Amino acid sequence: MSRQIEYRDALREAMSEEMRRDPRVFLMGEEVAEYNGAYKVSRGMLEEFGPQRVIDTPISETGFTGLAVGAAMMGLRPIIEFMSWSFSLVAADQILNNAPKMLYMSGGQFGCPIVFRGNNGAGGQLGSTHSWCVESLYANVPGLKMAIPFDPYDAKGLLKTAVRDDNPVFFLESERLLSVKGEVPEEEYLVPFQQALVRRPGADCTVVSFGRPLYFCLEAAQALAEDGIECEVIDGRTIRPLDIETIVQSVRKTNYCVVVDQSWPFASVGAEIAAQVHERCFDDLDNHVARVHADDVPPPYAYNLEQEMLPNARKICEAVRSVTYNA
Amino acid sequence: MSTITTRPAADENLAAKLPDETLRKWLRDMLLIREFEVRTMQAYQNRLIGGFCHIYVGQEAVAVGALAALEETDPIITAYRDHGHALARGMDPKYCMAEMFGRIGGCAKGKGGSMHMFDKPHHMYGGHGIVGAQCPLAAGLAFARKYTDEVIENRASTGVAMCFLGDGALNQGAFHEAMNLAGVLHLPVIYVVENNGYAMGTSVARGTTMAHELTAKAAAYGIDATSIDGMDVMEVYNGMKPIVDRCRRSVQPAFVEARTYRYKGHSMSDPRKYRTKDEEQQYEAQDPIEKLAGFMMSERKFAEADYDSLAKAVRKQVREARQWTDLSPPPDIEELYTDVYADAWGPYHGTSLPLMMKETQQE
Ligand SMILES: Cc1ncc(C[n+]2csc(CCOP(=O)(O)OP(=O)(O)O)c2C)c(N)n1
Ligand SMILES: [Mg+2]
Repeated sequence: MSRQIEYRDALREAMSEEMRRDPRVFLMGEEVAEYNGAYKVSRGMLEEFGPQRVIDTPISETGFTGLAVGAAMMGLRPIIEFMSWSFSLVAADQILNNAPKMLYMSGGQFGCPIVFRGNNGAGGQLGSTHSWCVESLYANVPGLKMAIPFDPYDAKGLLKTAVRDDNPVFFLESERLLSVKGEVPEEEYLVPFQQALVRRPGADCTVVSFGRPLYFCLEAAQALAEDGIECEVIDGRTIRPLDIETIVQSVRKTNYCVVVDQSWPFASVGAEIAAQVHERCFDDLDNHVARVHADDVPPPYAYNLEQEMLPNARKICEAVRSVTYNA
Repeated sequence: MSTITTRPAADENLAAKLPDETLRKWLRDMLLIREFEVRTMQAYQNRLIGGFCHIYVGQEAVAVGALAALEETDPIITAYRDHGHALARGMDPKYCMAEMFGRIGGCAKGKGGSMHMFDKPHHMYGGHGIVGAQCPLAAGLAFARKYTDEVIENRASTGVAMCFLGDGALNQGAFHEAMNLAGVLHLPVIYVVENNGYAMGTSVARGTTMAHELTAKAAAYGIDATSIDGMDVMEVYNGMKPIVDRCRRSVQPAFVEARTYRYKGHSMSDPRKYRTKDEEQQYEAQDPIEKLAGFMMSERKFAEADYDSLAKAVRKQVREARQWTDLSPPPDIEELYTDVYADAWGPYHGTSLPLMMKETQQE
C-alpha cells in the first residue's frame, strides 16, 4: 500500500520512525521543536518525543554541530538540522575537520554517526549568501558520506539509511522540493547508498544528475524525445559513495554522457564524474563528456539572472544536442 | 534563574585529609608526566618524533589534581598539549610514546600523533589540534551522559564532563558558543582554562579582555566560575572537588581558571623570546612536584628515600615505554585506508581497533 505525501512529510516520517526504533537518535537544530521547524519538516515531533529528544538550539552552528560530534563519540546518533546548508559554513571546522576525521585520528576508537541535514541549493531569489550548493565543496572530504534525495520516496528511504549509517552523512535536501508530492509506501523500506537509479531509460545519451536538477533533466529528456533523441536519465542518489558502475554501464550503451550538477563547475562533482567516465569509458565515448553547471558566478538576486545562472532544461538540451552532434 | 557567583578558591583543605596513597599517586603521576616529557623532548630533538609537539612540564598539577576530582568514568577532553592528561587518566605511557613515534602500537595506531591522544577505555575523548574546537565537543559529551541517563536509562543524570583549554582558546567563537549552549541546555560540563600566561608568543593580556579576571568570561553566560592556583596539586583538588560535586548534583556547567605556567616553549621550536628568564625562574621556584613532595615530607610518613624510589620507578617505566616503542613497527600501508569509514566500500577497509583497546580493560 502506498499514498501520496510531501517530501517534507517523508523526511519527518523517516526521522520519527528512526527515533521510535532507536532511543539514541535525537533531533537538534534551530527552530526544530517549538516552531515545528523553519520549513515545517519536524512538525509534531516535539509533541511525540518531548524536549529531551527534539531540541531547539540558539543560532550557534559551531556550537551545536560540535555538540553533536561529542555526543556521537559517546554513542548517540544525532540528527542535526541546518536551516540551510548555507549556514553550515560557519561550522566548517566541526563538520569537516572533526566529524569526518575523528574515526581516523583516534585509530578506530571514536566514530561519528551523525546526520547533518537541511536545504541545499537556490531557494528562489535568496541572493549570494543563502543559495549555496555545498555538494562540490564538501564532497572533497574523505570520511563523510553525502546523499541527495530527488523525491519523497528517496527522501524517506535515504534518510532512514543515513540515520543507521555509522559515519557522518551530509544529507542535502531542497527547499524547492519540500512541497513536492510522491508515492511513499506505508510499509517500512530503506534506500541503500551507492545505488543509482535510472529515472528514464534511453539509448542515445546518458544524463547524470542529483536532486533538484533531475527535474530539469527529465524535462529536457521529454523535449529531446520529441526530436527523436532518447536520453537515459540517471539519479546518482549518493555522491559519496558514488555508484559509478551504473553510470558506466549506461555510457557503454549510449556512448555519450552529459553531467548536470547545480554547483559551480571548477573542481566540482560534475568534473569528478566526467573524469571518472573518461577514465572508465575512454573507448566507448563518441565525444567528450559535457557538463552543465551553475554559472561560475555568485548567485544573483534578480529573477532573470538567477534563472539564467542555474542549470535548466534549455541548457541541458543544448548540451545533449551538442555532445551527440545534433546541434 | 541561576545566580552568578565567582567563588573564591577552596576554603577547605580537602586534599590534606586524603590518605598517603592518594598523595603518593599524585606525586607519582606528576613525576611520570615530567619524566615522560623530558624523554619526549629528547626524542623530538633526535628527530624520532615529527610534527608539532607541545610539552606539559610545569602544568602537571592541573591535570593530576583536576582529574582526581572526577569519577574514572567521567569523560574528559583537551587540546593538543595532551600527553599529561592522557597519562594522568591512566594511559600506559608506551601507547602515548608509540603514538608520537608514528608506530602501530600507538593509542591511535600512529595516525593521530602528539596532538591527538585518544583513550576510550579511560574515557579520554582527545587530544584536539584546533584551538577551542574541543569546547563544543565537551558540551556534547556532557549532553550524551545526561541523555543516556535521563532518556535511555530513565534515571537522574550522574555524569560530569571536563574540558581543558588554553587561555588562547578563550578568544575562539567555539568556546563562547559552547558556554552558551552549556548554559541554556543545562549541561554538566566543566571548562577548565589552563591559563599558562601565553598563547604561543601572545601574553594573555595582549590577547583577551579582562585578563586579570578571566572568570568574568563566564558571568555573561550565567555560569559559576572559580579561579584556582594551578601550581599546587592540592589546591587544584581543593578547588575542583566541590565544583565537580556541585556540577554533577545540579546538572549545570562550571568554569574554572587554573593559573599555571609552562616551563618550556609553546612547541618544540619556540625560543621563548617574548618572556624573561626572571619570570621563568619565579614560576619554577613554585614547582608543583617539589611543593607536594615537601608537604608529604613534612606532614606525612614520606622520606627523601621514598621520593627517590618513586622517581626511579617512573624513570624505569618511561625507559620501558621507549623500548616498547622501538619494537613497535610503523603502521602497515593498509592502515592508510583503514578507519576512514566505519564500513568497507570502494578503496576503504572499514575499521579496526588499536592494540591499546585490546590490552586495556574497558571500565
Ligand atoms: C584555530 C587555530 N588557530 C591557530 C592555531 C595555531 N596554534 C596552536 S596552539 C596556539 C596557541 C594557543 O594557546 P593557548 O590556548 O593558550 O594554549 P597553550 O598552548 O598555552 O596550552 C596557536 C595559535 C590552531 N592550532 N588552531
Ligand atoms: Mg596558554
